[in-house]
Amino acid sequence: MLTLTCPCCGVAAEETELAPGGEAHLKRFGPGASDEDFEGYLFARKNPKGVHFERWRHAMGCGKWFLAARCTATLEVFGTYKAQSPEPPPEIIAAIKARRPDWKGYS
Amino acid sequence: MSTRLATGGRLIDRSKPLSFTFDGRSLGGFAGDTLAAALLANDQMLIGRSFKYHRPRGILASGVEEPNALVGLGQGPRFEPDQRTTTTELFAGAATVSQNAWPNLDLDIGALNNLAYRFLPAGFYYKTFMFPRFAWKHLFEPVVRLSAGIGRVPKDRDADRYEQAYDFTDVLVVGGGVAGLAAALAAAKGGQRVLVLEQTAHWGGRAPVDGIAINGMPADAWVAETVASLAALPNVTLRRRTMAAGVYDHGYVVAQEAVADHLPGADLPRHRLWRIRAGRIIAATGAIERPLAFAGNDIPGVMLASAARDYVVNWAVSPGDRTVIVTNNDDAYRTALALHDAGLVVPAILDARAKAAGELPALARARGIRVLEGRGIARVKGGKRVKAVEVCAQAGEGAVLETIACDCVAMSGGFSPVVHLYSQPGGKLVWDAANGMFTPDPARAPTGADGKPFVTCAGAASGALQAADALADAHAAGGGEAAQAPRAEAAAEAPMQPVWMMPQGAPAKLRFKMWLDFQNDVKVSDVQLAAREGYESVEHTKRYTTLGMASDQGKMSNINGLAILSDALGQPIPATGTTTFRPPYAPISFGAIAAEARGEIFQPLRRTPMHDWHAAAGAHWEPVGLWRRPYCYPRGGESHSQAVNREVTNTRQNLGLLDASTLGKILVKGPDAGRFLDMLYTGVMSSLPVGKCRYGLMCSENGFLIDDGVVVRLADDAWLCHTTSGGADRIHAHMEDWLQCEWWDWQVYTANLTEQFAQVAVVGPNARKLLERLGGIDVSKEALPFMAFTEGTLAGIPARIFRISFSGELSYEVAIPASHGLAFWKACLAAGADLGLMPYGTEALHVMRAEKGFIMIGDETDGTVIPQDLGLGWAISKKMPDYLGKRAQERSHMTNPERWKLVGLETLDGSVLPDGVLAPAPGANPNGQRATQGRVTSTYFSPTLGCGIAMGLVRRGPERIGEVLEFVAAGKSIPARICDQVFYDKSGEKQNV
Ligand SMILES: [Zn+2]
Repeated sequence: MLTLTCPCCGVAAEETELAPGGEAHLKRFGPGASDEDFEGYLFARKNPKGVHFERWRHAMGCGKWFLAARCTATLEVFGTYKAQSPEPPPEIIAAIKARRPDWKGYS
Repeated sequence: MSTRLATGGRLIDRSKPLSFTFDGRSLGGFAGDTLAAALLANDQMLIGRSFKYHRPRGILASGVEEPNALVGLGQGPRFEPDQRTTTTELFAGAATVSQNAWPNLDLDIGALNNLAYRFLPAGFYYKTFMFPRFAWKHLFEPVVRLSAGIGRVPKDRDADRYEQAYDFTDVLVVGGGVAGLAAALAAAKGGQRVLVLEQTAHWGGRAPVDGIAINGMPADAWVAETVASLAALPNVTLRRRTMAAGVYDHGYVVAQEAVADHLPGADLPRHRLWRIRAGRIIAATGAIERPLAFAGNDIPGVMLASAARDYVVNWAVSPGDRTVIVTNNDDAYRTALALHDAGLVVPAILDARAKAAGELPALARARGIRVLEGRGIARVKGGKRVKAVEVCAQAGEGAVLETIACDCVAMSGGFSPVVHLYSQPGGKLVWDAANGMFTPDPARAPTGADGKPFVTCAGAASGALQAADALADAHAAGGGEAAQAPRAEAAAEAPMQPVWMMPQGAPAKLRFKMWLDFQNDVKVSDVQLAAREGYESVEHTKRYTTLGMASDQGKMSNINGLAILSDALGQPIPATGTTTFRPPYAPISFGAIAAEARGEIFQPLRRTPMHDWHAAAGAHWEPVGLWRRPYCYPRGGESHSQAVNREVTNTRQNLGLLDASTLGKILVKGPDAGRFLDMLYTGVMSSLPVGKCRYGLMCSENGFLIDDGVVVRLADDAWLCHTTSGGADRIHAHMEDWLQCEWWDWQVYTANLTEQFAQVAVVGPNARKLLERLGGIDVSKEALPFMAFTEGTLAGIPARIFRISFSGELSYEVAIPASHGLAFWKACLAAGADLGLMPYGTEALHVMRAEKGFIMIGDETDGTVIPQDLGLGWAISKKMPDYLGKRAQERSHMTNPERWKLVGLETLDGSVLPDGVLAPAPGANPNGQRATQGRVTSTYFSPTLGCGIAMGLVRRGPERIGEVLEFVAAGKSIPARICDQVFYDKSGEKQNV
């Protein structure tokens, strides 16, 4: 039962208010893409033990999607940020590095 | 015998006698008794039978850890099995029954199992489940079923009500013993919001029973003073009878408050389930005493030393006239002192340690109690009650040195801190070899959202077993300064000595009778057998032997079992590790979990504006998502199928009316709306002219068909997307996902208008006549051709009319504001009476769409079907460079000509094919199962054709028209010919008039 703060409405929302949406920052591959790229887009997920970036929707609240940086092993939350982000913003990267100095960085 | 003492009992009120029954026998107790205390006061030591061997079982403990003394409590709709007598407060008229005994508690047939213990070893289920199958079905299962389970399932609907509530706090203190109170006081002084939960009805925990003094006053007085100070603070909430069952992620805690268990008949919810968010949790949950493993340790009359003391001090109940104490530590001497001071006989204290030289043994000796050092119990004699113990040397193999007559044995194997709430969310433990216990490792505490520890154990739960240490530890956990900590004075205790088996060299015949888990009948010999059979992991051993399962959850059996397993594996205990502690700490009621979500409000029920009319018309309902839709409207003595046939025929011949309000209606609007819909649908929607309708298919990125419906171009920048009933929320969310997360720079606005509009399908040859009578909109073929849309005022009501057909008939779907839905429905009925108008339900709708070969999402699709499988290529744009699912549909598997494709199916004898049946193919699939080549997806009796019709997915189906397939249902073969899926009006002239 996580709590995540929705960056759209500012509510610290309980997991029952949220709907999960899997890994964040996937690059969409459409017609013309190679089998490998398309397979990676549809199926290959990082599923790391540790720092992870996820999509969440404030489904029982403002209805907006947002992204969260989280540790899958300890459930520590490094921050949430708007869904309209092609990659994790610098302040989120900084928050992660402050807590996980060994983290290899976003790739 | 066990009996009520003439004086004493700090928790009972002798001025308030209460009567209750046990197995129909009327017994008496006092207010303040637990059921267990009252039963013991009536010399009822035998309470039930054990799970596997049906051995006689008595009261072992005095609290939540009790494994044996469970009863069925209450009657009729208030009957509940497995109620723990040690935690149930006595109330007037309580009706209790023993469990697991047949025909009765004293004479139990199942006890034959007891003689067969050699044939029901560890892993019995495991081994026999594997093979032979025949034996299970015909031999084991019938026998096991007779004696399986603990207690009896209630037959009636629960008459009580339950509720849930939320709470939020900075600091949650679990446990209202002296450690919890000290921690709460320290935390509250810092100004934080503090919530204190105590699972029993009393504050103070064990300290008052143990005769401890705090800050120079008796524990009872300090507890009363501290509770009063806490209650006076505005930032503190105190809750008794509330058990914290589980600690979860980010400080989420579930607790159950027993609001009215002790107040039957009060107009209160019975239980309240608290859902608490805590910033920090202090688990002042104490420690639980461990049994010792000696032969016959499960015979009624053997109990925990701390429990024997509780019964004497708290409830003035003597557990026996002559109580032998057997221990490996000093704490059990307190029991000897309490019993002796109450005038009871303690014939001997058997101390497994070589020397008993501390302050407490000295006090016992001073009272003239025999203390035998280096001694243990070889065997307890007795059946339904302890008769004597045979004394042996702990270091030996069980040679009997002396037999001491007694009717009670008080045992202590040391204490295990209650680390459940710390361990549940991931806190790690360390092994304290000197005290033989696992304690929380402060360096590896569970962490919360901020990465910081959020559960701290305090007092005995953290391993501080001595009162003075416990109070100092708890005060510090609450954030208090050391100098201000409450000071406890108690007799100093000498070190304990871990004893895992008594005697140390016990032979097999003794080990067969040494219980580790009293509830699940797991003995020392079972764990040793598991180790010999290769079960090295403690988690595997737990499952193999059932050690610590059910309500025990590691409370009583954990450490002893672990120690025996480690010894058998020849490794130290920490190398074996401990099992995972899982919620709930103690059982919570299903009633509290469900709370108000029962009956009508189990789920919200969605009603269309015409719902009540349907009900009044006698509709037979069908659930569709959260909606209820009329399945059919039976008339007179019609059966459902007769009603459906009538509705279909009448609609095809005259006029039918369908409440289609549940159809999803999503408005998509904005400069980029057309571009957006082109990505969402497989067909082009941007090119749809204003005023026209187009059928659309939606796929997932995986290529699979997820929804279908008619799209209407309302205006230059606005489209109305119809979705399946029940699909509206999902499809709206799907749209928002892509808009917010992928194409966020596109200017598109979506709104789910499903409940804003009622929708009525006017269907049949007389449909136009009816709308003309209602008046206001030109619905002629010229003004409103097939697949066109118009809006205006119809029958005086603002309306949109879509000329679309899901039945193949002349058909108009009319959308009106929801508030006008019922008025419009009634206007149609009034105006259409002489046109043969009849309402029809969802089943007639299904039959008519199947007659026309139209697909239904969820029937023809199952998440693995692409539009190309369904002959819907015409609805897929070849020109569009991209749409969701397009790339996936280009994968080799999706373009494989071997795919199962949609066809019609007609049985040779005109019968109706069973739904979902398969057509076998020669050979076997890679799993060795019989190969298949098709299955039925929709099947109905067609009143129009007078025979069964079906659709199905068949390998290379459309290439095999005319071929006869054998479908198999219940072993019977049904031949059916592959045909075109359109059974009715193939040219479509009827809908186009
Ligand atoms: Zn929000």
